[in-house]
Amino acid sequence: MNADVHPIRTAAETALIESFAARKATLPGGKAFAAQREAAFRQFEQQGLPHRRVEEWKYTDLRALMRDAKPVAAAPGAAEKARAKEAGRIAAGIEPRRLVFVDGAFAPEMSDLAALEPGLTVTSLAQALAAGDADVAARLGASSTANGDIALALNTAFMGDGAVLRVAPGATVERPIHLAFVYVGESPAAVFARSLAVIGKGARAMLVESHEGPAALDYQVNTALDLVVEDSAHVDHVKLTGEGSAALHLSTLVAEIGAHARFNTFAFSTGGAVVRNQMFVRCAGKESNLRVAGATLLRGKQHVDTTLVVDHALGGCESRETFKSVLDDESRAIFQGKIIVRPDAQKTDARMASHALLLSDTAESANKPELEIFADDVQCGHGATSGAIDENLKFYLMARGIPEHEAEALLIESFVGEAVEAIEHAGLREVLMETVRDWLKGRA
Amino acid sequence: MALLEIKNLQASVDGRDILKGLDLTVNKGEVHAIMGPNGSGKSTLAHVLAGKPGYEVTDGSVTFEGSDLLSMEPDERAARGMFLAFQYPIEIPGVTTMTFLRTALNAQRKTRGEPELTVPEFMKRQRDAASKLSIDPEMLRRAVNVGFSGGEKKRNEILQMALLEPKLCVLDETDSGLDIDALKVVADGVNRLRSPERAMIVITHYQRLLNHIVPDVVHVLSRGRIVKTGGKELALELEAKGYAGYQDEAA
Repeated sequence: MNADVHPIRTAAETALIESFAARKATLPGGKAFAAQREAAFRQFEQQGLPHRRVEEWKYTDLRALMRDAKPVAAAPGAAEKARAKEAGRIAAGIEPRRLVFVDGAFAPEMSDLAALEPGLTVTSLAQALAAGDADVAARLGASSTANGDIALALNTAFMGDGAVLRVAPGATVERPIHLAFVYVGESPAAVFARSLAVIGKGARAMLVESHEGPAALDYQVNTALDLVVEDSAHVDHVKLTGEGSAALHLSTLVAEIGAHARFNTFAFSTGGAVVRNQMFVRCAGKESNLRVAGATLLRGKQHVDTTLVVDHALGGCESRETFKSVLDDESRAIFQGKIIVRPDAQKTDARMASHALLLSDTAESANKPELEIFADDVQCGHGATSGAIDENLKFYLMARGIPEHEAEALLIESFVGEAVEAIEHAGLREVLMETVRDWLKGRA
Repeated sequence: MALLEIKNLQASVDGRDILKGLDLTVNKGEVHAIMGPNGSGKSTLAHVLAGKPGYEVTDGSVTFEGSDLLSMEPDERAARGMFLAFQYPIEIPGVTTMTFLRTALNAQRKTRGEPELTVPEFMKRQRDAASKLSIDPEMLRRAVNVGFSGGEKKRNEILQMALLEPKLCVLDETDSGLDIDALKVVADGVNRLRSPERAMIVITHYQRLLNHIVPDVVHVLSRGRIVKTGGKELALELEAKGYAGYQDEAA
């Protein structure tokens, strides 16, 4: 792969190179962080945008899909902030602590920073980098599992702002923390947001991320979250991707899980033209419990790629990966799931499943499960299905008086509902199911 | 006017002719039993009446209260008062029994132009109907038929029947897979629904169900046709002699 030289840059690649050269001096973190940005950008320069001959990006040829690179979004002014008032409304029902990010920049005056729970600290990434926070700098890019990924490298090079959350060891933060990202620009631009959450030993926290923006505008989002779940901590994380209909959304979750921890993450995607949701989860301690799940509902020509790497470094961990997609029209869902079990990860119990429900003859799903097992006393399995609505189920519902369209809606809802069950928070499950019902109402 | 009138019904499945000219008239308040050997077309008749895809009617007619039943979608038939209790009730993961029943009941009411039931109204009806069938309320919160025993699935069918209050109930081998206690619970549930306004077609291979649900008329179905009709004593005769004679007769 390293012999892969690109003498000819695409328009997007050239624009990124020019943009980085112009901006690097003013990006937050100054000289202290400049080397890290440079190194990340160098990776991109050497490899270019990932394309179909790069195995991990086989189904999402970014070089072809990303025709150009938009200029980096300017800092939001009063008008932008006014348009961002409703950001994250989707999760309002659970009354979370909302932190708002407008065009990638933290908007503290729009965020709920009052009466922070004991043990919880909130700062912005720009502030942390500007203050020379060495801990933040060290943690970003520390992942070995995500190492070399170009989307993440670009994020590291360009990242402007995001959240830095810390929950002190033993602290319990009951109220969900909602990172509400919204793009409100009137012309297409690029946003590079990066967040970090460190949940201390034995602490409890719940994070919700939402991403949204205007329809029919081809803006570009590259977002990443580094999540550190220390020993015996219990963390729930839900990401809601509801970007506008023409948006390109690249997202990376890097999670490092300690021993005896519980970590549940759920990726829910309904928006965006091209979405890449990548998750790199590493079980760095023993006997942790992981639920990595997601649901995707697509129509039109939407393309959503879920790429997952669960790396079991130490033993006794249980992981369950369950992904469901519902595909209408000419949409396309990709699931690539890799489970790695290292030599020291004996007694690992990992099960992965991906299921696609195709509502039209022209929709497409691709499933690529991979198991790399280097230990000899493990349980690992995967399963993938892809199919249309079961005619027998539909007939049973219709025979009870439920009209065809409604019967299909009920079956689709239940199909997605089975994945959503993995979310522990009942209110949030309801938020998601309400979104599913809204989506179904839009079905012709 | 008869509630259900079947004339010269001919139907095929996967290109095989199963029903070959079946005639049957059912009036309000009557309970008809249809008995017959395996492969005689009993379940095909049930599925054709309910409108299952894949069953092709090649000739004949079925009218329900004077309307052409065969031109209606399955949901419209249900809203008009047609109910099939399935021989093999389907499991629907992810949909609770409660949601399913409420959706079905309100969909039918909507089709008929009746107001939808409020949640408390529905809950009361459901609770009453469930308790009569000794159905644990916990079961109503579980996904439809998922993890249910054979007896629970059949009781769930009868619960649906009780709540939907159909005009015509078609019970397709409701006794199959039931032990004697479960059979009695199911039969009692069916008997409670007998009324001068409601008719039933009880499809069964064995006579034992008819000890509990006593029919007014018994038909013998063989090779796609009704070959004999009589009173309830016909069922006892079949139990004693078997179907052998009828298969010869139809040949």
